[in-house]
Amino acid sequence: MGTSGHRYKVVLGYGTCGIAAGATGVRDALEEAEKAGGYDMDFDIAGCMGYCFIEPVVEVFDSEGGSVIYGDMTAKKVAQLLDEHIKSGKVIEDWVVRKSDQPEAGEGDFLANQHRVVLRNCGKINPESIEEYIEIGGYEAAKKALATMSPDEVIEEVSAAGIRGRGGAGFPTGTKWGFARKSPGDIKYLICNADEGDPGAFMDRSVLEGDPHTVIEGMILAGYAIGARQGYIYCRAEYPLALKRLDIALEECHRRGFLGEGIFGSDWDFDIRIKKGAGAFVCGEETAMMASIEGKRGMPNPRPPFPANQGLWGKPTNINNVETLAAIPWIIANGGAEYAKTGTEKSKGTKVFCLAGKVRRSGLAEVPMGYTLRQVIFDVGGGVQAGKEFKAVQMGGPSGGCLPAALLDTLVDYDAIIATGAIMGSGGMIVADDRTCMVDLARYFLSFTQEESCGKCTPCRIGTKRMLEILERICEGRGEPDDIDKLDELAADIKAASLCALGGTAPNPVLTTLKYFRNEYEDHILNHKCTAGVCPALITLHIDPETCIGCGACVKVCPTEAITGEKKQPHVIDVEACIRCKMCLSRCPEDSIIAE
Amino acid sequence: MAQECSCDARFAETSDLGPLDDIIERYGREKGALIPLLQETQDAYGYLDEAVMRELARRAGYQLSQLYGVATFFAQFRLKPIGEYLIKVCHGTACHVAGATQITDEIANQLDIKEGDTTPDGRFTLESVMCLGACSLSPIMLVGEDTHGRLKPTGIKKILKQYAGDSGSSKEEE
Repeated sequence: MGTSGHRYKVVLGYGTCGIAAGATGVRDALEEAEKAGGYDMDFDIAGCMGYCFIEPVVEVFDSEGGSVIYGDMTAKKVAQLLDEHIKSGKVIEDWVVRKSDQPEAGEGDFLANQHRVVLRNCGKINPESIEEYIEIGGYEAAKKALATMSPDEVIEEVSAAGIRGRGGAGFPTGTKWGFARKSPGDIKYLICNADEGDPGAFMDRSVLEGDPHTVIEGMILAGYAIGARQGYIYCRAEYPLALKRLDIALEECHRRGFLGEGIFGSDWDFDIRIKKGAGAFVCGEETAMMASIEGKRGMPNPRPPFPANQGLWGKPTNINNVETLAAIPWIIANGGAEYAKTGTEKSKGTKVFCLAGKVRRSGLAEVPMGYTLRQVIFDVGGGVQAGKEFKAVQMGGPSGGCLPAALLDTLVDYDAIIATGAIMGSGGMIVADDRTCMVDLARYFLSFTQEESCGKCTPCRIGTKRMLEILERICEGRGEPDDIDKLDELAADIKAASLCALGGTAPNPVLTTLKYFRNEYEDHILNHKCTAGVCPALITLHIDPETCIGCGACVKVCPTEAITGEKKQPHVIDVEACIRCKMCLSRCPEDSIIAE
Repeated sequence: MAQECSCDARFAETSDLGPLDDIIERYGREKGALIPLLQETQDAYGYLDEAVMRELARRAGYQLSQLYGVATFFAQFRLKPIGEYLIKVCHGTACHVAGATQITDEIANQLDIKEGDTTPDGRFTLESVMCLGACSLSPIMLVGEDTHGRLKPTGIKKILKQYAGDSGSSKEEE
């Protein structure tokens, strides 16, 4: 990273997570200092660096290329940063997250244990500047392909890379492109699926916010390979910053002739338009997405006909996920064989995961295929938060499953993960601890799929509703002994008979929790206990007399006046009067209220 | 694409059909533009008023049933007006595990409204949404355009106060 002739370059991670954590104040303070002068520095923003656990994050580069990353920045801390680091060249050790000369020290191993291909530019370049992307070799792959490669050669290179669709299904990308290329027709379409609807997944957002040009370049290459002259990016409306940066990027591409007629001076026309989603999870499914682009209700259609033959407006259409497309320029620039060096026999390259939940270091983790889940969660993620115990990891959102500690050595590999009952999915990885109820989590996912079911086919529309009703009554303490069998039976029918993947995978969270955490279901149904202390009907609340300081905060919020006690003396909850709303739990400053 | 808040237009009288001209001008003849048409209309009016939808259907050449079908399918579209500040509490997985339910309960309690409702003074509307994609800051919520992360039920009152103005939707100190 150059420092533009200055002694230092200061880069602020400015993605949605950073902004939510207060990065705007930090940006304003740094911009003001830059404007005021007196500091030998150049300031710039970048996308998310992935250190979500310690946002806002600032990286200070020196003129020799070394860098120091500081976390938990605030507008107030900017003055000290300027005085000590920028003026006096003194590193503020207490704030350091990572130093380039000691990459594995402290929290540095979060990055040291990663292998970044898709995220190669995220957090390094200003996503609102095409110049910065070009400076680091951007659009070279597209230029090279258009000038020297035939479309078939591009497809061959992608096939040689062995990359499989990162949206979750894992279909080989080169094969998919081959179908679309061979499909007869003058008009073909390319769609970038940026409708990242899985709760718990935010890697596509981070790529679009941090490096939109990589995705556009990937689309140019895909469009050229399959013979499409029009591309669409179908992006969630819930991602305003990603949409804004895509808009800027597309405009810059048009200005430079990278999109439009005769791109890069060739005789190839290619253009991209943004289609903003309107909030429907099912639109992540290919056929539903195309219906939505056509301006209809976003409902799926049976396949065949497959999109490659009869897609958008009846024309051959190819749909790829953001993460897949973001890897393509790297593959064309470095060669498919180079990409295929990383990974397992059948899963090549890298996968980006979003670590969240009770993990110590939440954020973006891009790892080689073939890592174990343990390496992702413990080596990259730093393990479970202090004082908590690992219970499960939820992978793949509502279509995925919950895996227990015993399966932590499962490889990050499409087929290995499917064998457990979960799916690789788009990349959400939520770590659950002993205070997470697995039955409640299954109920949560079913309520999600039930709500998002488009209603077109009966197994999904009614089947998920019946499953949800059973899970709700189990969580409410009204579970019946044969409920587990009923869940199993419904799950099998819904999986077999649903029209699309939303219904086909909806039972997975229930099936995996039944498989690995059956005892919790039995505890709920037979013993009327929620050992995680989550389901209100199955817990009792009491106050630990050892730690209660008698502050009375709980008394004030209790809606049933169930809590009594003298000031500064341990308080007591009347179990009969308590409605287990847990309002007191969140108010207690000493964590003295115990739910079990 | 207009991401800026269009507050001035937001509360326009629904009888004012002026903004429609511009929207139809931009999208009216485009193939499959029904969703952007509705999105822009909602941006301009704050919600999809029946009279506006009727006019939109007539001028852009759609059946009203087509518009209504799409508007009721997608979560983004609203057929009722909303308050000045739309509170969207994220109920994605990470937020659920981190206690999003208690956050919604606390806001509902503070504002004395139910989820989906608007305060009588028209200042706040409370909604639950699926993942906002900022899972590492869970639980999180949006108040208007502002994101608030790492929420605790105890901190809700203070956050709402920033937006309550003088009318005091938020409950007074107990």
